[in-house]
Amino acid sequence: MTKKLITRRGLLTTGAVAAVGGVSYAAYRTLIAPNAIRILESAEYVTLKAQRLLLSGQPLAREFSPEDMSPTFKANGTTDPDNPAYNALVQNNFNNWRLKIDGLVANPLNLSLADLKRQPQRTQITRHDCVEGWSAIGKWTGVPLAHLLQSAGIADNARFVVFHCADDYYPASDGSARYYESIDLFDAFHPQTILAHTMNDNALDVAHGAPLRLRVERQLGYKQAKYLMRIEVTDSLAKLGMGKGGFWPDRGYEWYAGI
Amino acid sequence: MTETVSQGPQAREVIYRHKLITRITHWTNSICVVVLLMSGLQILNAHPSLYWGQFGADDDHAFIEFFATQDGDDLIGHTRIGPVTMTTTGVFGVSAGDDGEARVIAMPAWATIPSFRDLATGRRWHFFFAWVFVINGLLYVGAGLFNGHFRRDLLPSRKEIRAKHVLQDIWNHARLKLPKGDEAKRYNVLQKVAYLGVTVLLLLMVMTGLTMSPGMNAAAPWMIDVFGGRQSARTLHFISASLIVTFIFVHLGMVLLAGPFNEIRSMITGRYAVPPEDKS
Repeated sequence: MTKKLITRRGLLTTGAVAAVGGVSYAAYRTLIAPNAIRILESAEYVTLKAQRLLLSGQPLAREFSPEDMSPTFKANGTTDPDNPAYNALVQNNFNNWRLKIDGLVANPLNLSLADLKRQPQRTQITRHDCVEGWSAIGKWTGVPLAHLLQSAGIADNARFVVFHCADDYYPASDGSARYYESIDLFDAFHPQTILAHTMNDNALDVAHGAPLRLRVERQLGYKQAKYLMRIEVTDSLAKLGMGKGGFWPDRGYEWYAGI
Repeated sequence: MTETVSQGPQAREVIYRHKLITRITHWTNSICVVVLLMSGLQILNAHPSLYWGQFGADDDHAFIEFFATQDGDDLIGHTRIGPVTMTTTGVFGVSAGDDGEARVIAMPAWATIPSFRDLATGRRWHFFFAWVFVINGLLYVGAGLFNGHFRRDLLPSRKEIRAKHVLQDIWNHARLKLPKGDEAKRYNVLQKVAYLGVTVLLLLMVMTGLTMSPGMNAAAPWMIDVFGGRQSARTLHFISASLIVTFIFVHLGMVLLAGPFNEIRSMITGRYAVPPEDKS
């Protein structure tokens, strides 16, 4: 029995495999490798669209009972802004603090802590999930953001709500380190999206974001902006920071943090 | 090159073993699982403690943790599972960085994507390949149900699940006596259980992964209850991943024992040369 080492079929197969391999490698070098991060980032859009479909009925995040609460609620990120302007506010027990709501609104608002506490309030015991993986359950009381946005009267072209904070974390490539975050109107008008001034039945402390922080319960911890100073309603995130809509999104994290 | 003629006139029997859809989904799945495991370990590095229940952070009791201690100038890596703590310097807790120096990190650089500490990029890899994995998995399961792959090839028969048969198969594997001839044309019961088992584990990975998503928790709160809380789901995600790693090692080991060329070729071209029956 003899066996041909080189057959027509074998030659064609080898040629085809080599051609496919060559084309694949060229495609990889020219199309995939230079855009790798952008390709990977496309998953965020798919996740956003998929979750928005599943959340179209605006269901609530789970609310827990008092016995489910974490004995200690870990403070993360900035735990004290410790800059002169913020320290002055702390000295005065936040009596001089005002929350500005401006941008694409009919009536810009300028609210003291006492003003906020006169508005409708919501209390919720919810789970806070850090992007690192840990979770803590705490009790939050504050004003529904929807109520404030209705009072301010947002413009028809408004798309995002931006939260400007008092703390610097660490500088990005453009040198800015000021914390900010943003959500779209879908989350801004959710009933559990509140501006919390009270945590676990006490005034919000400095470590957890005094005097006011955002709670947006269907997203991760870095969206829950602390040390709120100003809320800006806008139609685009492109001009803020490095254009990704938040401190951590500017540093590679997803803007949509629903997973 | 010399020709062996010992097989005589009877050529080796070659069968068509794996359908195209099985082969495509197998290799897509392999790539996804490797990337998901390695990017998953990158994510674990951000908080290498695993808890039971709804919540869990630094001050809460962890069930599994990877950590480091210092002894003079030396860093020592530890892994604790329940009450048992092991020294794992070099692999878990403390391992060499790019400069070769020991550093405190739960998972070693060679096991993570990216190799350096970068949670944001690790997440990008993880969720991109998670989508590919899920779509590929749906394709595999859909095709398997439709073309009878599960029923015909993977579901153990009534005869096969008898204790005597299972024990015989375990005994054969323990002696590394692998099936030949007609026996080798279909999966044996341990193979069937392993392949169905790893399919269940992969499904569990998706379910426990989604249970960690605060968005999914609002959309499907029942998933939180199925796994007993977000932190339990995270721990089960890790345990399930560890079992999948175990499967991969056994699977690759069996491929080596059964004849890597023939086995790998069968998963590429579909054609499998049946090992001839012993002449005894």
